[in-house]
Amino acid sequence: MSFLTNYFSTIYTSVRSLLKGMWKTGYYFTHHKEIITQNYPENRDSLNLPERFRGEVVMTHNEENEHRCTGCTACELACPNGTIKIVTKFDITPEGKKKKALDTFVYHLELCTMCNLCVEACPTGAIKMDQAFEHSVYDRRLLTKKLNRPDSKLMEGVE
Amino acid sequence: MLEEIGTTEQGDLVINVGPQHPSTHGVLHLVITLNGETIKKVEPHLGYIHRSIEKMCESLTYRQFIYSTSRMDYLSAHMNNHACAMAVEQGLGLEIPARARVIRILMSELTRLASHQLWWGAMAMDVGAITPFFHAFREREMINDIMEETCGARLTMNYMVPGGVMFDLHPNFQVKTKDFVRFFRSKFDEYDELVTNNIIFQERMKNVGRISAEDAVSFGCSGPVARASGVSSDIRKLAPYEGYDQLNFTEALETAGDNYARYLVRMQEMRTSLSIIDQLIDNIPEGDFQAKTKAVLKLPKGEYYSRVETARGDFGVYIVSEGGTTPYRIKFRSPGFSNLSALDHIARGCKIGDLVAIMGSLDLVIPDIDR
Repeated sequence: MSFLTNYFSTIYTSVRSLLKGMWKTGYYFTHHKEIITQNYPENRDSLNLPERFRGEVVMTHNEENEHRCTGCTACELACPNGTIKIVTKFDITPEGKKKKALDTFVYHLELCTMCNLCVEACPTGAIKMDQAFEHSVYDRRLLTKKLNRPDSKLMEGVE
Repeated sequence: MLEEIGTTEQGDLVINVGPQHPSTHGVLHLVITLNGETIKKVEPHLGYIHRSIEKMCESLTYRQFIYSTSRMDYLSAHMNNHACAMAVEQGLGLEIPARARVIRILMSELTRLASHQLWWGAMAMDVGAITPFFHAFREREMINDIMEETCGARLTMNYMVPGGVMFDLHPNFQVKTKDFVRFFRSKFDEYDELVTNNIIFQERMKNVGRISAEDAVSFGCSGPVARASGVSSDIRKLAPYEGYDQLNFTEALETAGDNYARYLVRMQEMRTSLSIIDQLIDNIPEGDFQAKTKAVLKLPKGEYYSRVETARGDFGVYIVSEGGTTPYRIKFRSPGFSNLSALDHIARGCKIGDLVAIMGSLDLVIPDIDR
């Protein structure tokens, strides 16, 4: 007799466990407020990324087209992948002395792992991480960027 | 290994699973010898995602090599970075601020939750249920948002640096984490209704893929795989680091050693992680989040070893330093590799249909195994 009760109670609990699971699925099927999926790229305008999100390295420029990079290569040395290559030149100061300055800040986005070590290493705060993340292009060469803008120069007072 | 497909002299069938099979969770290649439906031998073939991270680390400085460990066990990226940072701090003799310690534990536990949630969804999918996967990702997304806000990345954070953490906590961190803990607690019943109590799931998991405590130890299993067999192996208890000894939590232990026991251990661990977060979230000490370190780190000549409990088990970092700015040799002890080595032993005698369930219960992350 106990065999029979056991047999039927097993069937009952089994069917009940299945129905419970299905009820839960059905609940979400009929409750559209619980949907959390975002419709990217339709929601591109309302998409808010946190300020610390790391998408790419950029160099900050002010309104007078001045940057803060002295060309010290601290970021180049801090980078684990060889993403950053800094080309320097020699400027002549008003006193007639030679002074090392930044010529080109080459940034290989395709090699970058967004580890943030370059930004941490920069002594003058010249570079920062930007939130842009849509980087796909059809040509790999487009991912090699020059970060300092044309005709930009060093901000005064930054050593 | 194309030439291995076919039948052996004894009439056994040899088939390949992977390296591109979705159920292997990555690029794992298994050569299986079958007698009818019964598994006679499982031979894992590795190397499809080998990136020689250990060798690469020899040419990177002590600050730089940490980021590469996020790419090993990507689901426990924080804990991997943690172990590396601790090994470097050990060499430098660095004392890290109390705030950084608490942040590290909080982040590690959140990562463990995220990892176990992904495993829970994938495990259910391995035995044929697709819906739980989306439930798991809903909760995991909240953790990813918290990580994104504080660490700046969702998966490969590179947040732990020698001397502390890279950024201070985001002002929203406490509120968001509390919200998440409350939300996730309320969803545990749903997890049980959907999967744990499901009769089909239980029948597939119970008494399948047994491994005894002795075998688990001899194969070097760690983490939930060893604990499901009754082997106490939680590094947080055995060799407490970063102040885990001051926290009140119990190690999840089961004795059955089958798939279902491994499932229960991980479910229990999620509750443990929640209680650890509860204990710490209101008690984050004020102060620095990073100790002052030199710009160029040089470890004194010697050998350094540190270990942490990741979501998969015992992760160790062994550094040999010659006194320079780069390590002479780095060895990672990854939990996945040892857990995979037990697969052949566990799966022998099981049916082919159970193999994927067994692999799911071992929670393998292939880049961790291959490195």
